[in-house]
Amino acid sequence: MGDISKNYRLNFLKEVEANVEEGEWVKMCMQCGVCSGSCPLGKFWDHPPQEIFMMIRAGKRDAVLTSNAMWMCTSCYNCIVRCPRELPITHIMHGLAHYAQRLGLAPAHQPTAKFAQLFWNNLMKKGRVNELKLGVKLYFMNGIGEGFKTSLKMKDIGLGMMKTKRMNPMEAIGGHALEDVKGFHAVMQKAQELEDQRLANQRP
Amino acid sequence: MAKRQYSFYPGCSSQKGASSSNYLISAQTMCEELDIQLNEIPDWNCCGASIGYAGGGELPRLTLSARNIALSEQHNPGQSIVATCAACWLSTREAAERLQHNPALAKDANTALAEAGLTLKNQTPIKHMVEVLIQDIGYDTIKTKVKRPLAGLKIAGYVGCQTNRPFGIAGESFENPQYLDRLIETLGADSIPQFEKKVQCCGGALAFSEPAKSQEMIKGILESAHDNGADLIVTPCPVCQMNAEVYQEQINATYGTNFKMPVVYYSTLMAIAFGRSAQDAALTGQVIPAEKLAAIAGK
Ligand code: SF4
Ligand code: SF4
Ligand code: SF4
Repeated sequence: MGDISKNYRLNFLKEVEANVEEGEWVKMCMQCGVCSGSCPLGKFWDHPPQEIFMMIRAGKRDAVLTSNAMWMCTSCYNCIVRCPRELPITHIMHGLAHYAQRLGLAPAHQPTAKFAQLFWNNLMKKGRVNELKLGVKLYFMNGIGEGFKTSLKMKDIGLGMMKTKRMNPMEAIGGHALEDVKGFHAVMQKAQELEDQRLANQRP
Repeated sequence: MAKRQYSFYPGCSSQKGASSSNYLISAQTMCEELDIQLNEIPDWNCCGASIGYAGGGELPRLTLSARNIALSEQHNPGQSIVATCAACWLSTREAAERLQHNPALAKDANTALAEAGLTLKNQTPIKHMVEVLIQDIGYDTIKTKVKRPLAGLKIAGYVGCQTNRPFGIAGESFENPQYLDRLIETLGADSIPQFEKKVQCCGGALAFSEPAKSQEMIKGILESAHDNGADLIVTPCPVCQMNAEVYQEQINATYGTNFKMPVVYYSTLMAIAFGRSAQDAALTGQVIPAEKLAAIAGK
């Protein structure tokens, strides 16, 4: 997948349109800036949405796909409901993030990128999310030392949740699962196959 | 009165021993009082939430919701799906609409579902519990059920993001929705119409992965509620509830503030106003105790 960009004769907009969920909307952006001004975490992003769309059109492939922007999208949908051109901005952000991840270009130490992948892996195992395992993995995702520090910091929150029966240490073994895990896995595997085929067919 | 039947999608976070198990308990109590029967979708799976996009591409993510809708259509035919979790509602409704508008994707989703003998018709309305309350039941009926008006309580209605955008509640504005305030008033409490953070994002999943950034936003929400004289905050979303409630000590440590603001679900408020016990209203699930509500429940 490394040289996928060559297929597009370096036209990054075309690449985005063919490979990124809702990417065909990018060209509709009129650069008004409403989304950037509405984004609650925009001030932390390398590039807010409006800028990302401009960069896509300007062919700045690496800068877009390796940036930490997109990964801090909280899915608040502020931008979507305000955009005068009705771009599905939230979904484009998610689509870009997913595409960057698939190509291995997502920033290695972006915490939400890691968390988002952990979440997906967690739910794929048994069809439902195991909050305890997810939390433990999250706290230890940057290594053992930092993990213990974070766990310690989060200890009181964990105790509060346990006391009110909103966290269950027994989830560490077993935990909630579907009855038909086998069927679930078969369905999801098929969906992944079809997704891969669909993307392969869209490529020039 | 015959009970209204809904196909119920509870979501992972409401499971026993999970972070919003208290939401489920209070919602069930509320529904009993309103003659609503919730028929759980058998063997439902996680919706993928908003954060599923990193690992999950378009079709796999849509297929997650397609499986739930197909199970609902098979086991609870003719019933609308109702979700209590905002993210569950949003993902499911978004998936249903995307698959309706894109026959090629719908065909692929059905091919995948066939692996487990399932078929998606995709003809099922997908509602949030708040829509059921406001559109199917109505404020007037809710009012007739109030046995213990929440008189004297000042409550900040925190609508948050995903119960409000992009779908929201029909007839409400995205920037200043009124339904939660109206619900608060219907239960006999005072709402705070000038609570300016009512649709502010709480950070969602970033509360886990990037806590400093998320807590800065939560601080703003708490501050506004506090400055407007709120006794407590009420919300329709499990992510908002958890984020606004459980990090207050950390926020206090970071910012030198002194928040101890209870954050409850609308269903907890309603269960208490309808005369049910603190246990049935899941007040026992508060990390920050809602003492004034508990006092009303103790009457
Ligand atoms: S609000 Fe819409 S049109 Fe305006 S800059 Fe953002 S994406 Fe473009
Ligand atoms: S949905 Fe994402 S991109 Fe849009 S305003 Fe919210 S955080 Fe920003
Ligand atoms: S959004 Fe949360 S609660 Fe809803 S199904 Fe997904 S993980 Fe579970």
